Amino acid sequence: MKRYRWLAAVPAIGMLGGVPFANRVEPIVLGLPFLLFWIVLWVLLTSVVMGVVYALDRRSARSLDERAGDPSR
Amino acid sequence: MTSALVIIALVLVIAFWLGMRARRGREMVLEQWSVGGRGFGTLFVFLLMAGEIYTTFTFLGGSGWAYGKGAPAFYILGYGALAYALSYSLLPPVWRYAKAHGLVSQADFFVSKYASEPLGILVSVVSVVALVPYLVLQLKGLGIIVSEASYGRVSPAVAVWVSSVTVVVYVIASGVRGSAWTAVLKDVMILAVVLALGIYLPVHEFGGYRAMFESIARARPGFLVLPSKGMSPSWFISTVALTVLGFYMWPHTFGSAYTAKDENVFRKNAVIMPLYQLVLLFVFFTGFAALAVVPGLRGSDVDLSLLRASKAAFSPWVVGAIGAAGLLTALVPGSMILMSASTILAKNVYAKARPGASEREITRLAKGLVPLVALVAVTFTFRGGDTLVMLLLMGYNFVTQLFPALVLSLPRRPIATRQGAFAGILAGTLTVAYLTVSKATMATLFPSLPSVVTDLNIGIVAMVVNVVVLAAVSVATRGSGIGKRGSGIENRETGTGIHT
Repeated sequence: MKRYRWLAAVPAIGMLGGVPFANRVEPIVLGLPFLLFWIVLWVLLTSVVMGVVYALDRRSARSLDERAGDPSR
Repeated sequence: MTSALVIIALVLVIAFWLGMRARRGREMVLEQWSVGGRGFGTLFVFLLMAGEIYTTFTFLGGSGWAYGKGAPAFYILGYGALAYALSYSLLPPVWRYAKAHGLVSQADFFVSKYASEPLGILVSVVSVVALVPYLVLQLKGLGIIVSEASYGRVSPAVAVWVSSVTVVVYVIASGVRGSAWTAVLKDVMILAVVLALGIYLPVHEFGGYRAMFESIARARPGFLVLPSKGMSPSWFISTVALTVLGFYMWPHTFGSAYTAKDENVFRKNAVIMPLYQLVLLFVFFTGFAALAVVPGLRGSDVDLSLLRASKAAFSPWVVGAIGAAGLLTALVPGSMILMSASTILAKNVYAKARPGASEREITRLAKGLVPLVALVAVTFTFRGGDTLVMLLLMGYNFVTQLFPALVLSLPRRPIATRQGAFAGILAGTLTVAYLTVSKATMATLFPSLPSVVTDLNIGIVAMVVNVVVLAAVSVATRGSGIGKRGSGIENRETGTGIHT
């Protein structure tokens, strides 16, 4: 497996690992109690992280195609 | 008939019309009835998967838990996003293998990978057992909607019967394409309703979100954080982790992975779908606002909070529209679950026991089982007492037991042996059954341990038993003649079932 695929584990570690520390009401952020804000933040970051993994996957697939089409190799 | 019920009935008629229209002019064979061909595009799979995932559970159960328990309800927001992150790596190999081998059901996957028919039957039985509380949840939710929308004219018991008959007729009248179009309608309606409620109620009752949460924190200190005992951070983390592992182990979510046009669909979903989860915030907002509108609901009555608050705040016509959206959130997954359970029993249990059965006979049996499975669920619905969220957690504990054996089967040659996979799933499932019946918790099993351990979701025990047994039996059977590892490609004829 490509090494950057491990990035997909970051959201789980971040969201769940942070729960014991984020388990508080104050400060209220964007109108949300802090624990709820923390989870919302990591839901958004999940999307971002997976977008990065997807972009990296696309790039490595493209470079594989190019190498395959290169007659000098 | 109240005006709220009139609206609900109208939407039901539309759902039936969509279902029938989708089916017209098509020859119904089993693969089409349950998998719908493999021609759905990104948008359609997106809606179909969203349709299955947003259920009565999130709509009534999510708001009910925010109302009744507070912060522990936030787990519902967390697990979906993490499950999509997992699906990025999990689903493409599943899809590739299923397509190459023409697989229809989840059990086919285990049968083919481990070259073991008995394993397929075990997986089928476990998944049907897990589906029952999930179906009970939908019927219970439908019953709540119908009886609340009748303003007391239809008793909850009658409402459950009416709802169950409706789901059965809907399943028989349509197929997966019917569900997919209804899912489109449902997604639009539920989004509109949840946004409207989650914005209007907090603003109207409190003047805004910050004011609402500050007021709740003042009135009930500790309600907006996880308690230090019971549903503590340790409970939260273990519950989210188990639920993430189980997310795609349901036969219908696993099966819906087969319907994708190509494997990139899953990768795009893993990027987009977490954002969709944020709709759940508005469900929580509704539940929290309901604390001010209709205080005092206790026990499993917390599931009524969203509809009770709607009835207090709006005219019956609006309540009808809310109820109609709720009806669809139960009808779409309810029909999908019912179809899955019946198809599994017919194809993966009956047809394996009687290899000579024709495809027509199996299709007929699958349809015949639909009312029977519904009847079993109705029986459990009347035993009642659990909240919607508790029912789903129970189903998850069962279905998560399939995860270790599935993941270990993904490499070209499975890491576990077929005996190991079988023994692990069986041991894990029996543990869940025992713990559920005995109502054990970590605290009753290990009273002397610190609360970090005793607060863990009880499903962890079953998972540990599963993995230990799987590993031990795999090691013991590896290398011996009977323990030959199943290797998918060479054994493809065993996996294609009735299509050969």
